[in-house]
Amino acid sequence: MIKEIDLYARQKRLAWFLIAPSVLVVLIIIAYPTIQVFVYSFMKYKLDGVTPPSFVGLDNYSFVLTDPDWWSAVTNTLVFTVVSVILESVLGLTVAMVANSKFKGRTILRVAILVPWAIPTVVSSKVWQWMVNDIYGVVNIVLFNLHIIPQKIAWLATPATALPVIIAVDVWKATPFMALLLLAGLQLIPKDLYEAGSIDGATKVRQFWAITLPLVTPTLLVALVFRTLDALRVFDIFYVMVGTKGGLATMAVYNQQQLVSFLDAGVGSATSVIILIVIMLFVILYTRFSRTSFE
Amino acid sequence: MSTTKTAAGLEVPTTAGATKKADGKSRVLRILFYVLVIAIIVFNLFPFFWALLSSFRPSNELFSTKLIPNELTLDHYVEVFKDPRFVQSLINSVIVAGSTVLIALGLGSVCAYALGRLPFRFKGPVLYLVLTMTMFPQIAILSGLFVMLRTLALFNTRQGLVLTYLIFTMPFTIWVMTQYFRSLPKELEEAAYVDGASPLKVFWEILLPLTMPGLVSTGLLAFIAAWNEFLFALTFTITDNMKTVPVVISQFTGASAFEQPWGAIMAASMVVTIPLVILVMVFQYRIVEGLTAGAVKG
Repeated sequence: MIKEIDLYARQKRLAWFLIAPSVLVVLIIIAYPTIQVFVYSFMKYKLDGVTPPSFVGLDNYSFVLTDPDWWSAVTNTLVFTVVSVILESVLGLTVAMVANSKFKGRTILRVAILVPWAIPTVVSSKVWQWMVNDIYGVVNIVLFNLHIIPQKIAWLATPATALPVIIAVDVWKATPFMALLLLAGLQLIPKDLYEAGSIDGATKVRQFWAITLPLVTPTLLVALVFRTLDALRVFDIFYVMVGTKGGLATMAVYNQQQLVSFLDAGVGSATSVIILIVIMLFVILYTRFSRTSFE
Repeated sequence: MSTTKTAAGLEVPTTAGATKKADGKSRVLRILFYVLVIAIIVFNLFPFFWALLSSFRPSNELFSTKLIPNELTLDHYVEVFKDPRFVQSLINSVIVAGSTVLIALGLGSVCAYALGRLPFRFKGPVLYLVLTMTMFPQIAILSGLFVMLRTLALFNTRQGLVLTYLIFTMPFTIWVMTQYFRSLPKELEEAAYVDGASPLKVFWEILLPLTMPGLVSTGLLAFIAAWNEFLFALTFTITDNMKTVPVVISQFTGASAFEQPWGAIMAASMVVTIPLVILVMVFQYRIVEGLTAGAVKG
């Protein structure tokens, strides 16, 4: 008995000892910078090393919120997020259902869908940039030779054509992730439900709406949250494919530019806080939605 | 039971009558299904193959509108490996991603052992916090990190990058490894404790070897995430000798500002991608397991 109590105390002490290093690292690299970002957001803080930082109240926030570039970045990010996440969900579910069926070559399919996911985003962006090159790109050559387009298009030159291309790249890259999560969700559905459905004469389409979709929805919601949060902070694809001068910035690109190009930690931090609030709003929205429909 | 039997029994004549028609229909469906499978595979792999093909094309053929090349060349690969910037960035990426994985697994797995197996009062809140942090948007602390790295004299260093990469690798590692430790049967350690082993010995000699598959999954995912990272590498390094591969590839420039050296870019892209594609093929099962453990169980 004494030995057991002794063991419990030792385990407890060890737990603290083992958790401490990770807690320390997380405090240094996440908690401290987060607090600093809130503090800087109320300061005039130029990173030129000349002007000393000073408190300016809400000036940085009013600067960002009255900047038309910021609002265009918000619009771009929201359009990108909504369109790409919807497409990724629909395609992801399709791919997951195909990968969940039994057929020859199933392993090939599963490896194939992992390839776009594993390729670095910068590389995918460069590869697609090459594919949609105005003169030598394979997309233009094929579309032009098939007479689908009357002349070759400089896809990335204007926001109206660049945004669909960027969404396509993201859909290509992120659908596999969606599909893999949904596949794991599909595998949790008991097989006898489908057998019972078939016996009762339900068609495959009816089985999809009555069994598959409702039972995969919890997984779908988790995947949606992951993807939405990811899409709201999109940086790499936009930065690499259209740069910072194409009039097609996102919230994250705007933020990074304030910091790196204008060396303004004050405005940069205020932007970060606003982005954090936008992301929180989406999280609240999702939790509300999932509660009302599943409890 | 009897109702099912009757229902099935009643249905036999109708289905038998429709067998021939149903066979034709199911064959069409079968073909459509395979068309879909092939479409998915082609859509997923085509950009990769196109980049691969482009990386072997001679420059004069690259800038022509012909789709199928007449000849293939290794010129672009020779070119990128002669470029000291690219070679240095490869070395940097290996060091940064490698160190990140080792530190994240080292610190993260002992923390996960404590959270998954040992008595600890704030277990619930800590786990919840860890899960929240796996989804933390890096952009939100960019300026805080920028100033911090400059103060610590870690700006434009590989150490600085490793430190910031722990932001997205540590919470993930702790979360997934905690799930692994929890899934191991309790009897394993009880027997060892009865024999008088210390908790640390139980962790090191009994539990850790059993979580090897988990360590492989999380290590691979952390490595891929660190290897592919762009925002921090772009923002926190300025000189060529500190840049990582994604940054250098994004900044490749040719003789003229208007035409990029596409052959070299594609060759460099393939050099950083092919190892990943091979990893994916070999560890397909482990990667999927790690990816879904991070989300579905949450």
